[in-house]
Amino acid sequence: MTQTERKSEPSVILQLRRDLLAGFSVLLGLAGAALIGAPVIGFLLAPFVRGKPRVWRAVGRVDQFKIGDTVQVTFENANPLPWDGFLRNTSAWLRQESQGHFVAYSINCTHLGCPVRWEPGAQLFLCPCHGGVYSRDGQVAAGPPPRALVQYPVRVQNGLVEIQTTPIPLV
Amino acid sequence: MPGFLKKSWRVLDDRLGISKNVMPILRHRVPPRASWWYVFGSATLFVFILQVVTGTVLATIYVPSTQSAYESMNFITHSAFLGSLLRGLHFWGAGAMVLLIGIHSIRVYLMAAYKYPREANWLTGSLLMVLTLGMGFSGQLLPWDQNAIWSVIVGAEQAAKVPYIGRALAKWILGGPTLGGLTLSRFYAAHVFFFPGLIFVLLGVHLYLVLHHGISEPPRAGHPVDPKTYRDSYANLIRTKGVPFWPDAAWRDVTFSFICVVTIFLLALFVGPPPLSKVPDPTIIQASPQPYWYFLWFFALLATAPHGGETLFIIATPAVYFLVMFVLPFIANKGERSARRRPWAIGLVIMSVIIIGVFWWKAKLHPWVPAFDAEKLPASVVRSNDPAVRRGALLFNERGCEFCHKISGFGGERGPELSDVGDRLTREQMTRFIMAGGYNMPPFASVLSADDMKNILAFLSSRRVPGGSPSARSAK
Repeated sequence: MTQTERKSEPSVILQLRRDLLAGFSVLLGLAGAALIGAPVIGFLLAPFVRGKPRVWRAVGRVDQFKIGDTVQVTFENANPLPWDGFLRNTSAWLRQESQGHFVAYSINCTHLGCPVRWEPGAQLFLCPCHGGVYSRDGQVAAGPPPRALVQYPVRVQNGLVEIQTTPIPLV
Repeated sequence: MPGFLKKSWRVLDDRLGISKNVMPILRHRVPPRASWWYVFGSATLFVFILQVVTGTVLATIYVPSTQSAYESMNFITHSAFLGSLLRGLHFWGAGAMVLLIGIHSIRVYLMAAYKYPREANWLTGSLLMVLTLGMGFSGQLLPWDQNAIWSVIVGAEQAAKVPYIGRALAKWILGGPTLGGLTLSRFYAAHVFFFPGLIFVLLGVHLYLVLHHGISEPPRAGHPVDPKTYRDSYANLIRTKGVPFWPDAAWRDVTFSFICVVTIFLLALFVGPPPLSKVPDPTIIQASPQPYWYFLWFFALLATAPHGGETLFIIATPAVYFLVMFVLPFIANKGERSARRRPWAIGLVIMSVIIIGVFWWKAKLHPWVPAFDAEKLPASVVRSNDPAVRRGALLFNERGCEFCHKISGFGGERGPELSDVGDRLTREQMTRFIMAGGYNMPPFASVLSADDMKNILAFLSSRRVPGGSPSARSAK
């Protein structure tokens, strides 16, 4: 080996060591970030993991509802959190069309979700937000809503009217 | 004892390196004619600092839980010492931030300061703008009143319209299948931790870049940006004609920011924060949700967009706007900077300002909100002894016509005013509208009996310009 080659050998090894150490540090940093990052991101994705249970909730006795009248009923969501407060409940518009046959409409306007009001004098559902109007049967009568009011499943069991809880309608 | 103070200062300065490192930054040279147009960026920064300070202070009382958010906000507004003023500062500061960041971006755009070498300034600034809008939106939920929860539902429904990922996005925003306690917590975490954290980092990068590249010189027509020569010519300009930032240019920044702060203070003192609406009970159907004033123009857009055009106007148009904003420095980083040579830039800015301005103006009048509380027309307006006309006037209110139609100052503005409809339409035309409806009008065929129609037509036909009501005419 020549003098120059012997002199450059330690430099080459030194550089190799530096490269290795740098690569090792970066890899270790990435590994640590991944280790913590995975559960952190997973935690943020919790809304997709939570189940979608549907439960039947009683809203009153059949004889409480006059045939043809559209009334507001309130019931508890499927699995509310202990601290949901007011938001444990949902409302719907309920009507007994004929003896024992009910229909329930979501209060959420199909345009962008604002609560629609039933106006008995006009026999119309009116939305306060952007001018949506629905007729008695939930079909769009005027304004921007793209489709009819969402209907919740309703059944009568043991003389009680029951509505099935549903996640907020996302059109 | 000035001698003692001087010595203390020298020791502090030596340990902290202020004179050595900080003062040179403050006194770095900037182009000489950087005028009042350049104050908007620093104004945005100072208002942001105001927001952080007032927000932190509000957080010493505000409780981000569904049980207590509304009550604690109520307490801040009505009971806490100077609470209303603090809330007012934070609210008007938020509006100022949105306004100032808009003006700042328009100024930068019109002076083409996004061109070489400041592309990264523009990109970090664009991200900061998106985050600012995010802060404005997330902040509105925190009072957790009726207006807040419905605004978030509307926001989630808009997100749901994004193709493919919409429903997942909406669900993620809400924190579950429906609005609940989790929604409040995530919005609080976003508003207080996530977004501000990202803003701090991006602000740091943004300011570092401003110092690194230097403040852009005012553009001159006939002097396009050429990446090969720009750096040299800029360095030359600074060397020969540059003035120290502090105080030659900075005094304008401070003055304008002071004016902004005083304006925010006066608004907070004399107008105050927005009043809390009802408690956030989603079963209270009587609601008329509205976003805060800086989003009102978008509210108007949602109401007046053509039917079926939601995805285009709510999702596609803003998406294209943001896409152009982010792509701009990649496609237009050379060439003329002066607005005099860039008519499209001027046109785009004028168009945007007019569009937003018109929607704001329209929203202020909110003509599409039905007048749910419209009163029955008084006798002085009906002006008739004809029983059919009087019955028709009653039906006009009871059947909901008055929600959307105005007569002599009573009623809503969704549809045309009908004070003189007797002069304009024949009975046949009126019948057609009422029975079959129109673009924004529902059909009433199934709601009105033949008798109802007779009375309503009698009433509407009697609506004519002053100069003779039917009864006066028949009396003659």
